[in-house]
Amino acid sequence: MLTKAKPAPPPEVLDNVSHPMERYLRADRLPHIWCSGCGLGTVLSCFTYALDELGLGETDVGIVSGIGCTGRAAGYLNLDSYHTTHGRAIAFATGLAVAQPDKKVVVISGDGDLFAIGGNHFIHAARRNVDMTVVCVNNFNYGMTGGQFGPTTPIGSRGTTAPYGNYENPFNLPYLAASSGAVYVARWTSLHARRLKEAMIEAITTPGFTFVEVVCPCPTNYGRRNRIGEGLDELKYYAERSVIRHGADPSEGDLLPGMDVLIGRFVHKERPTFLQAYEQQILDKQQFAKPPGMGKGPHRTSGATSTDRRASS
Amino acid sequence: MAERILTGTHFLNGDEACAEGAVAAGCDLFAGYPITPQSEIAERIARRLPQVGGVFIQMEDEISSMAATLGGAWGGKKAMTATSGPGFSLMMENLGLGMMTETPCVVVNIQRGGPSTGLPTLVAQGDMMQARWGSHGDYGVVALAPSSPQESFEMTVRAFNLAERLRMPILVMSDEVVGHMFERVVIDPDRIEIVERKAPNKPPGEFLLYEPGEDLVPQGMPTFGDGHRVHVTGLTHDERGYPVINAEVQAELVPRLRKKIEVAADLVTDFEETDIDDAEVVIVTYGISARTSLGALRLAQQKGLKVGMLRLKTVWPFPEQKIRDLADRVAGFVVPELNLGQIVLEVERTACGKAAVRSVPHAGGAIHNPDTIVSAIEEVFAHAH
Repeated sequence: MLTKAKPAPPPEVLDNVSHPMERYLRADRLPHIWCSGCGLGTVLSCFTYALDELGLGETDVGIVSGIGCTGRAAGYLNLDSYHTTHGRAIAFATGLAVAQPDKKVVVISGDGDLFAIGGNHFIHAARRNVDMTVVCVNNFNYGMTGGQFGPTTPIGSRGTTAPYGNYENPFNLPYLAASSGAVYVARWTSLHARRLKEAMIEAITTPGFTFVEVVCPCPTNYGRRNRIGEGLDELKYYAERSVIRHGADPSEGDLLPGMDVLIGRFVHKERPTFLQAYEQQILDKQQFAKPPGMGKGPHRTSGATSTDRRASS
Repeated sequence: MAERILTGTHFLNGDEACAEGAVAAGCDLFAGYPITPQSEIAERIARRLPQVGGVFIQMEDEISSMAATLGGAWGGKKAMTATSGPGFSLMMENLGLGMMTETPCVVVNIQRGGPSTGLPTLVAQGDMMQARWGSHGDYGVVALAPSSPQESFEMTVRAFNLAERLRMPILVMSDEVVGHMFERVVIDPDRIEIVERKAPNKPPGEFLLYEPGEDLVPQGMPTFGDGHRVHVTGLTHDERGYPVINAEVQAELVPRLRKKIEVAADLVTDFEETDIDDAEVVIVTYGISARTSLGALRLAQQKGLKVGMLRLKTVWPFPEQKIRDLADRVAGFVVPELNLGQIVLEVERTACGKAAVRSVPHAGGAIHNPDTIVSAIEEVFAHAH
């Protein structure tokens, strides 16, 4: 008599195991919305490991994101997290960073959010060297809205709005960041989890505007449409083409179909942050003498001209 | 450090007075972009904020100016931006984010002629309906309209205070003439009340970011890094601040954004009445048009006409009850404004046909000739008798 082998016991042990970085995650917001095979979970994990290694917690770091799949990252992190409007994460983060200069501000958002609708904010925050870290998850398309081509889509790749293949030249993000003035610029793929975590640590601890690009699979909307395959296939596709060259000239980092994916740490330097420069300039000028137009001394009058019923309720 | 309050008697234009009002109210962060006729606010505050330990940041556009203002507010600062016409249009996106996330801050619009680039250096009041409805979706608005540099100072202080009380962006809808006219401004610290930000009513873990109090306003606002681990989103959200995409949560949240202003009507509504008790015709106006209307009022009275004036110091929310009460007993309203008829629509709506409503439109670029307003008053009298 043929008896079937007993089925394996249900993986109850998994039920009792929490994520090692659970303290950084909003468990009540999970499961996340990301597709299987997407690299965003890895990026989020790397980020929590980086925070853990740095010993940063809820009173030290805040997350700002824009709109899109990556934009949802803010909502899964158990930190002060700000999910703003499309493209405006860096602009919002500028106010946040300037208001709390002793805290770390990290923007995590996607390529379309940061570099199409938000491109102007990126270059100006880099130019000013506002103290923040920007992590761009580059999956070469607008995933959440259904796979339209974007500012990083390689020439020839298909998107739902590029049915015959994209014919617009894409941004080389590390080159753009470096030329705009970022003091730290690195690119990794979501397969390089350990190196990505290290890059995040370096970026977060470098004062000023720091940038990490993560080349990331989007099987649902990019990989399958471009015959790269499922998530793992796409991950492998980038990994096999990856060439690590620390200190490389980022202008050589164009991402073209079939060509090498240049990764590594391209820029790591120092220059005064926005607030350091602001304070230096103002202290140098000793402009604290007296308010403008303050000719007369204190002159209090009880009969103010206003008839306001509630001058300042 | 210099004093925040510029105590004394000064000769300032409305823009400068607005900047001084902000500094006096405790503004610590100004994010803006140069635009005529607002630039004097940015110039004044760029000089003043470093003196009191604040930060001025000139952003790359008005989109980012509004966004950085919100970021600064969540960073614990009293924050402001100021703009004119085209810049106000660009701010609409993140003004909506500020309304949805209930972020206290102040937005000043020194109105100029539009549409589009329009009349960069000349006056208009054409953005009044944009102030009410400019960002997509439903929300409530508080908009103050100063008529003088003195009021530019006072209303900016008031705007900061209302922002904290109602947890929302407050609009100061000034105009080019008020912004650029120089007048005496008396600043008396004893007359300035400052409302500070309310701290969360519960410790981290228990505090709910969007749990409304009896006044329908969230009960305190955490500061970035104080341990509350807030989640702030422009998506429709529950009391925890977590996104919930359904009709039920939408029906909880969005009506409250309007109702919290209705509940605070006594605090927010503000108008000035002139000779209104026995008036048969009432001028309803605001901003610089109230200054011209005062001249028209006196001219009409010299002709023996019983005319009064209701000057809206708070334009939004519109003082519906006041207009209803007046409509029951006056023959008509005359509404001069530097646009082709915006606030007059509110007067018509609330008067419900019980009194005549006569618009005195002006496309902008100059202020009304008082005689035009007098003629409108006479027409209303002629039809009434």
